[in-house]
Amino acid sequence: MQTKILDKEVRSDATKNPVDMNYKLRAQHVDAFYGDFQALKDISLDIKANSVTAFIGPSGCGKSTFLRLLNRMNDYIDGFRMEGAILLDDEDIYDPSVKVEELRKAVGMVFQKPNPFPKSIFENVAYGLKIQGIRDKAFIEERVVESLKQATLFDEVKDDLNKPALALSGGQQQRLCIARVLAVKPSVLLMDEPTSALDPISTDKIEDLIYTLKNNYTIAIVTHNMQQASRISDYTAFMYMGRLIEYDKTKKIFTNPGKDQTQNYITGRFG
Amino acid sequence: MNSRVAHRYDDQLFRGMGVTATVSCLAILIIFIGFILYQGMDRLSWEFMTSLPSRFAERSGIYTAWAGTLWVMVCTTLISFPVGVGAGIYLEEYGKKGRLSTLLEINIANLAGVPSIIYGLLGLEVFVRFMKMGSSILAGALTLSLLILPIIIVATREAVRAVPKTIKEASFALGASKWQTIWNQTLPASFGGILTGVILAISRAVGETAPLIVIGALAYVPFAPSGPLDEFTVLPIQIFNWVSRPQHEFVINAAAAIIVLLLITFVLNGVAVYLRYRWQQKLKW
Repeated sequence: MQTKILDKEVRSDATKNPVDMNYKLRAQHVDAFYGDFQALKDISLDIKANSVTAFIGPSGCGKSTFLRLLNRMNDYIDGFRMEGAILLDDEDIYDPSVKVEELRKAVGMVFQKPNPFPKSIFENVAYGLKIQGIRDKAFIEERVVESLKQATLFDEVKDDLNKPALALSGGQQQRLCIARVLAVKPSVLLMDEPTSALDPISTDKIEDLIYTLKNNYTIAIVTHNMQQASRISDYTAFMYMGRLIEYDKTKKIFTNPGKDQTQNYITGRFG
Repeated sequence: MNSRVAHRYDDQLFRGMGVTATVSCLAILIIFIGFILYQGMDRLSWEFMTSLPSRFAERSGIYTAWAGTLWVMVCTTLISFPVGVGAGIYLEEYGKKGRLSTLLEINIANLAGVPSIIYGLLGLEVFVRFMKMGSSILAGALTLSLLILPIIIVATREAVRAVPKTIKEASFALGASKWQTIWNQTLPASFGGILTGVILAISRAVGETAPLIVIGALAYVPFAPSGPLDEFTVLPIQIFNWVSRPQHEFVINAAAAIIVLLLITFVLNGVAVYLRYRWQQKLKW
């Protein structure tokens, strides 16, 4: 692909907000540190509800760190601290009054490597409900089936929900992990390279799933796969060395990026 | 000299030394067990198991001794299991990693190497005298618990540490609290390892003599204990007592009692091996 030298007028500022309204999540001047190392530098961006926002950038650029800030998964890391604010539906999730367990029910997460519990398929999906103290068996069963259907896994496993989850294939395990998250009815889904450990066919299925899920969920996804970002996302944030370089509609980022760095990265010249 | 030939000699020499070491260890063990079995097997009978001690060797039995061993074993388990596992989980999952925790870690590992008689002296001073428990089963069990706590703590920490971080993260991400994650994920996944450590520690406690002698466990107890505050004796002390008698008949009694003690420790070790095997089969990540 040929490099296009961009005109001054076409360049957009990274801080310019591509999202007009209906924010689900807003990050305001976020800095994050691991000990002395600053992993995120003054990140501000808004994530639109019921859309897919992709985070791309070379390894170590801070995109996973940022994603994990959104459900406070970094809380347990020794020496980690953050400054700035992250708002979910206009409420600061780092406010001392926020119960982190409640936050995580609203902001679900799917990890890079499928990580089902060493239990049955049913128990995996029911886990999030059971830890909330829900004991109603009929309710749990209904929710498990519903979640498995949503994650397009039900037809493949309906004959034996008591089968160990670890007996499933990698792609099925990842969809199970998605079903497990959906069962607690979050409004936001965070996905940290959810297909990087999967084969192309399983990846396809997950991408289709993401596409259907965005009608009801706000999805933030970290990916190393540029094609994936361009296929599934509505907005794309390009990060580099802990900074947000560019954030815009995906179409714009991949056809007519505002910054040379973005251009160089998406055309594969570095990263 | 050709260096390749030299290497081959080195290899053979080391191999020979290794084989010799292994064989001699096994041989000593086999000779020892064979000798004990030869001496004591005939004496082993239902009557021997159910008789009280006596000054006549042929009328003596080990009823009070194995009953005492059982009591001490159960009490030690009840005390050391919750405390040791709790401490291990705390140190691994809750305690902040820092200089203090490193210091604590090194000290716990060191405690595991302190001679058992030192624990006996501590038990005598603290439990028997200061807390006025007397030479009771409770005092003995507490003393043995101190002795094996470091082993249990270290085993628990290692088992807990082996649980994949991804499993814990998955649990947290679904809104589970720290305790829910430990109870529902970490503990079930590490329980095989924890149990193995606990059982091995208990089997060590069962064989201990010195600390119990120090706290005053008696060699002659005419009745089997009926509660944790009773005086008691245990198999190793009974064996020690019989071995030190001049009459040959008592030495035979000792051999028979050793067979019983060995059986108990072998069974405990066997259970530990089995549990570890089963948990490894069940859990694969």
